[in-house]
Amino acid sequence: MLKINQLHKSYPIGDTSLHVLKGINISVNEGEMVAIMGSSGSGKSTLLNIIGMLDEADAGEYILDGLPINNLTEKKAAVYRNKFLGFIFQSFNLINYKNALENVALPLYYQGMKRKERQELALFHLEKVGLKDWAKHLPKELSGGQKQRVAIARALAANPKLLLADEPTGALDTKTSHDIMAFIQQLNDEGKTILMVTHEEDIANMCKRIVRLRDGVIMEDKKINQVRAEQYV
Amino acid sequence: MFDIDLWREIFQSINKNRTRSLLSGFTVAFAILLFTILFGISNGLQNTFKKIFVDDASNSIVVSSGRTTKANKGLQAGRLIQFKNEDFNFIKEEYGNKVEYITSRVFKNVRAIYKGEQSTYPLRAVHPDHQFIEKTKIKEGRYINQNDLEKQTKVVVIGKLVEEDLFVKTTALGKYVNLDGIAYKVIGVFTDAGGDNEERQIYMPITTAQHLYGNNDYVDQIRLTYNPEMNYNQALSFSTLLSKTMKDRFSVAKSDQRAIRVRNMAEGTKAISMMTGVLTFIVFFIGSGTLIAGITGISNIMVFIVKERTKEIGVRKALGASPKSIVSIILLESILVTAIAGYVGLLIGVGVLKWIGPHLKEYFITNPSVSVTLVFGATIVLILSGALAGYLPAKKASKIKPIVALRND
Repeated sequence: MLKINQLHKSYPIGDTSLHVLKGINISVNEGEMVAIMGSSGSGKSTLLNIIGMLDEADAGEYILDGLPINNLTEKKAAVYRNKFLGFIFQSFNLINYKNALENVALPLYYQGMKRKERQELALFHLEKVGLKDWAKHLPKELSGGQKQRVAIARALAANPKLLLADEPTGALDTKTSHDIMAFIQQLNDEGKTILMVTHEEDIANMCKRIVRLRDGVIMEDKKINQVRAEQYV
Repeated sequence: MFDIDLWREIFQSINKNRTRSLLSGFTVAFAILLFTILFGISNGLQNTFKKIFVDDASNSIVVSSGRTTKANKGLQAGRLIQFKNEDFNFIKEEYGNKVEYITSRVFKNVRAIYKGEQSTYPLRAVHPDHQFIEKTKIKEGRYINQNDLEKQTKVVVIGKLVEEDLFVKTTALGKYVNLDGIAYKVIGVFTDAGGDNEERQIYMPITTAQHLYGNNDYVDQIRLTYNPEMNYNQALSFSTLLSKTMKDRFSVAKSDQRAIRVRNMAEGTKAISMMTGVLTFIVFFIGSGTLIAGITGISNIMVFIVKERTKEIGVRKALGASPKSIVSIILLESILVTAIAGYVGLLIGVGVLKWIGPHLKEYFITNPSVSVTLVFGATIVLILSGALAGYLPAKKASKIKPIVALRND
C-alpha cells in the first residue's frame, strides 16, 4: 500500500545543509499499524511529513497505493491529501470557531460534497467516536480527549486509505492517552492502515510494528506483539 | 458559480472576529462618508452657481448704452447714446455668421388691469429670438413671432406669476388685459428658471411697443448669443470687436466705459467652470486620499488576519483545501468588509446630506446630493478596492505550507 525507496531529504541551514533523511527504505501493507520512533532530530517527523505530502523529498521514490508521488502541484497535492490521507495532530488542530460537526465536515466540504450529505456523514463519524451529543459544541467546550476524538472523526470523515498520526497522545494524560489508543486500535482492527510518530515506548508497544530511526537512517524495523490498550482503561 | 458554502465560511469568519472586522471597516466607512459629504457639498455649491446663471443663455452678450463720460472727436462728454432699429439691423447684418440669436429690448413699466385685479409690472418689448436668449419656457399658448412684429399686433406673453396675480379664478390665455389703457390679447403664458422676478415680466412685440409708446424706433438694449461653435477666446475677441465697432459707430472714445457697454457672459461662465473644476479636483483628491488610507488599513488588517490564521490555513490545506479556495476566502472577506463598510459610509453620508442640506442655503449650498452614477461608481470602486486590499494577503495565505499545521507551538 505504501512503498518508499532510497528517500533523501536535507534542509538548508545557512551556507551548509542538514541531511535529515539518508536513504530510507520502508514499505507498509494494508491493515498495518506502524509506530515510527526516534529521538528528536532523528528525522521521524520529516518522514511523516513526506508521507503526508506536506513536504517533498529531494530524492527517492514514494509510491502510495500504486500512485507515484512526486513533483505534485499544490492543487494536486491538496486533492491527494483529501482523498488518501487522514491527519491526527498532537495539538488537535481543530478550527476554534467551528463546532465539532463543522470541523468533521470540513474535509468533505473540500471534496465538494453537498451540505446536507456531509453533515449527515459527519454526524455518523461523530457518533462513531461517541460524541454525537457534542456535535454543536465548540472545541473550547470540549476536554482534551474529546478534542482528539473530534480530530479522529475528522480524519476518518473522508474515508482515507491511510491515517497519519503525529504524537496523537502527546498532549493528553495517561488515562486519556489509553482511551484514544484503544480507539485507534479499534480502527486498525476494522482494517484501517495507521502510521504514527511517537517517542513514548508504551504507546509504540500498542502498535503492531515499530520502526526506529536514528540520524536519518532506519536502525531497526520489527514486528511486535501488540499490547491492547483496553486493559488499562 | 455562487457557492453558498464559501459565503458561509466567510460570514462565519467575519462574525467570529466582529470587533476586528468592525475596526477595519471603520476606516473605509469614514473615507466614503467624508467623500460623500464633500462631494455633496461641492455639488451644492455648483448648483448655486448654476442657478445664478441659469436665467440667461451662457453664451449671451448684452450691448447697452448710456451717457458718454469723455469728449471725443469734438463731441462733448455727457452725450446720451441711443440705439435704434438700424443699429440692431447693423449688428445682425455685419456679424450674421457669429450670431446665433439676436433681439432688441425696450423697457417699460406698465399698470395691468384685468377685471377687478390690477398691479404694476415690468414690460419687455422684444424680437422672437428673445425667447431663446432668455431661456423662456412657454407653458401655454405661444411666444411672439415674426407675424406679430410685421403687423404690430396688440398681443402679450405674460409670466406665470402675472397670470396668478390677475387671473384669480380663470386662465389668462385668450383673454384681454389692459396695459396703461390699451387692451392686449394674452397669447401665451411662460415660466422661467430665473425666479420670481422673471416670472413677473410681460413680453410684447417690439414694433408694437415702439409704435404705441413713443412712435419712434428707439432700442434700450441689444442682446445676442454668439455662435456656440466659437470657443471661449473667439467669443471674447468677438465681443471686443463688437464693442470697438459700436464705439466707432457712435463716435465714442475707446476708453469710455459708460457710453457703450458690451458684457460677455462667457467671462463669468469661464470663471465658474474653472472654479467648479478646481473644486471637483480637490474633492476627488481628498476623497481618493482618504479611500487609499482606508484600503491600506484593510490590507494591513488582512495581513494580520492571515498571520493569525496561519495555522488554521495550514490545517485546511492538510485537509485538502486547494490554494484557490484559500485565496477566495481571504479575498472575498476583504471585498465584503470593504463593500459593506463603504456602503454604510455612503448611506450615512447621503443621510447627513439630506438632513443638513436644507439648512445650508445661506452658505451658497443648494440641494447638496450625490447622483446615482456616483453611487454606482462607488460600488465598483469599493469592490476593486476590497480586491486590491485583499490581494497581497490572499497571495501570502495561499503560499502557507500545510506543514505549519503540524508544528506544535
